[in-house]
Amino acid sequence: MSLAELICPAGTPAALRTAVDAGADAVYCGFQDATNARNFPGLNFTPDELAAAVAYAHHAGTKVLLALNTYPPAGKVDLWRHAAYLGVRYGVDAFIVADMGVADYIRHTHPLARLHLSVQAAASSPEAIRYYCENFGVKRVVLPRILTIPEIRQIRTEIPCEIETFIFGNHGLMVEGRCSLTNYLTGQSTNMDGVCSPASDVQYVRDTDGSMSSRLAGFTIDRFGPEEMAGYPTICKGRYAAPNRPEGYYAFEEPISLNLSRLLPELIDAGVHAFKIEGRQRSKSYVRNVVTAFRHAVDDIRAGRATNMSDLVALTEGQKQTQGAFETKKWR
Amino acid sequence: MAVKAMKPKLTLGPIAYHWSAHKNRDFYARIADEAPLDEVYLGEVICSKRAPFHEADLPATIERLERAGKTVVLSTLAEVMLKRERKATDDIAGLDAPEIEVNNAAGLYARGMRPHRVGPFMNAYNEATIDWMARQGATHVCLPTELPAEAIAIAARSARNLGLGVEVQVFGRASLAVSARCYHARAHGRTKDNCLFVCEDDPDGMPLKTRDDSPILRVNGIQTLSESYIDLLPELGRLAADGITHLRLMPQDVDMVGVTTVFRSVLDGKVATTEADMRLRDLCDGTTFSNGFYHGIAGYRRIAAAAST
Repeated sequence: MSLAELICPAGTPAALRTAVDAGADAVYCGFQDATNARNFPGLNFTPDELAAAVAYAHHAGTKVLLALNTYPPAGKVDLWRHAAYLGVRYGVDAFIVADMGVADYIRHTHPLARLHLSVQAAASSPEAIRYYCENFGVKRVVLPRILTIPEIRQIRTEIPCEIETFIFGNHGLMVEGRCSLTNYLTGQSTNMDGVCSPASDVQYVRDTDGSMSSRLAGFTIDRFGPEEMAGYPTICKGRYAAPNRPEGYYAFEEPISLNLSRLLPELIDAGVHAFKIEGRQRSKSYVRNVVTAFRHAVDDIRAGRATNMSDLVALTEGQKQTQGAFETKKWR
Repeated sequence: MAVKAMKPKLTLGPIAYHWSAHKNRDFYARIADEAPLDEVYLGEVICSKRAPFHEADLPATIERLERAGKTVVLSTLAEVMLKRERKATDDIAGLDAPEIEVNNAAGLYARGMRPHRVGPFMNAYNEATIDWMARQGATHVCLPTELPAEAIAIAARSARNLGLGVEVQVFGRASLAVSARCYHARAHGRTKDNCLFVCEDDPDGMPLKTRDDSPILRVNGIQTLSESYIDLLPELGRLAADGITHLRLMPQDVDMVGVTTVFRSVLDGKVATTEADMRLRDLCDGTTFSNGFYHGIAGYRRIAAAAST
């Protein structure tokens, strides 16, 4: 059986301490700049905060993974290099990388550093994963959320590194690291700036008939009737009209959360080494509840005890949830 | 090191859409005979289910284009997950000729150190990545469509110093995202496995409008494209001065021979940009143009280029 490490989000120093206290095996975090894919106002760490966070986590036996998982545009690579230098200096346990130039740099400049391949690299075949393992010494791949469990089981037999999968949280629909939707509408890039449907461009507008439009950079991503709750305008979760769907429909996906709690035993059996909980932008109490519940579930499964999955199901707070691609090919 | 600006080559990217075999044959016959292009990329990049429709015609298409003096390059799939996708990628990676363009790390793995081009889905955003790729046998790199002008100039200098060709898309819809899910099938209540190739009904992509009726995106199977066509005609001078060696036109369901001729006439200095832009508008009836990505603002936007660069 794999170790089934629990990898938990740390958007702030307080969330990091919360996740560590709740039993995370590892936490992942980033600096307050474009070097990571959650470059949101109010989130992330200053260098001093990271140093303190590593000390706190290591004291509790928890690992710290530093996300350097965006793509530097030409002329700005030094920002990513400096972030890697700081990570080494403060003793993070691994870097989560996507860009080949960044991976190549760390491999040569900090040969002892451990590299994980970010989901942003979109490595979804054994050949692609082996490319990163053989060239950059990648020790773990975070798999895109597009594979079924039988496919994961098969990949496991064909690659020389560990597998990490997302199990809970936001359900990204597009292949990560290949999405410019936000840049098309707002001028801020997910890949280069670490920004996705940024709050600074969001507007909720009450229309004369009482309905509410949620807009991003002036584009109506969805409209809600007076009795509906208006959702956040994430481009790939919006409702649009197509020629044969003039009334509007969720063209890509409904606003829905990924929750694989019921599939944990199967994922462990398939050889998944680490489970990732999404949500660096979520609150401390959310992190505490989710990490605590998954800690109990994973411990129960590892000890061969029955576990109460209903706690985990309840965590989505009434939001719709899905097992996404993991359960069936019909998702595609 | 100063690099002398040379006249860039004009290329035609691979067809992103699912056009019928018949439409494809006619298209490439006209392109071979009439379009003033230097290089043509062929092959299915978006959906592995479509490839069988065109395999039989491929050798004849390659021959016809080459006899017309055009360099042919075969492009590989952007997304590689299933067995058939891995095999398709392996098959192209094993070819000695024509040249190949790789769009997925699985293709890089299969190709090893043998010469290859790096496609726009490979995320060659910066000089460090281009340097790495050059050391692995890359001879040419197509930059990501969302890269702004300043970064393009730096990336181009670095690529040329390494002896690589460097390419930028100057016409056609921008690829904004790919997914494992087929959104064409979804719009028709189907899944990818039983799609019945409904994407063939939308040769320029399926239009999505916002709920207040503003055109925004186009769906092409697993791919999401921009509603607007990128048009960098006014920026061609700066691109050439910055050392871009290849300019890519993406096939849309319009008169692509006409489009190619417009770009060629500007490159050759025969037609002024403003007049050429008006001709391009006539050819692309009603579609909006954009250059926002190039100028580092929202991609859909269109701004007037600076008078001189």
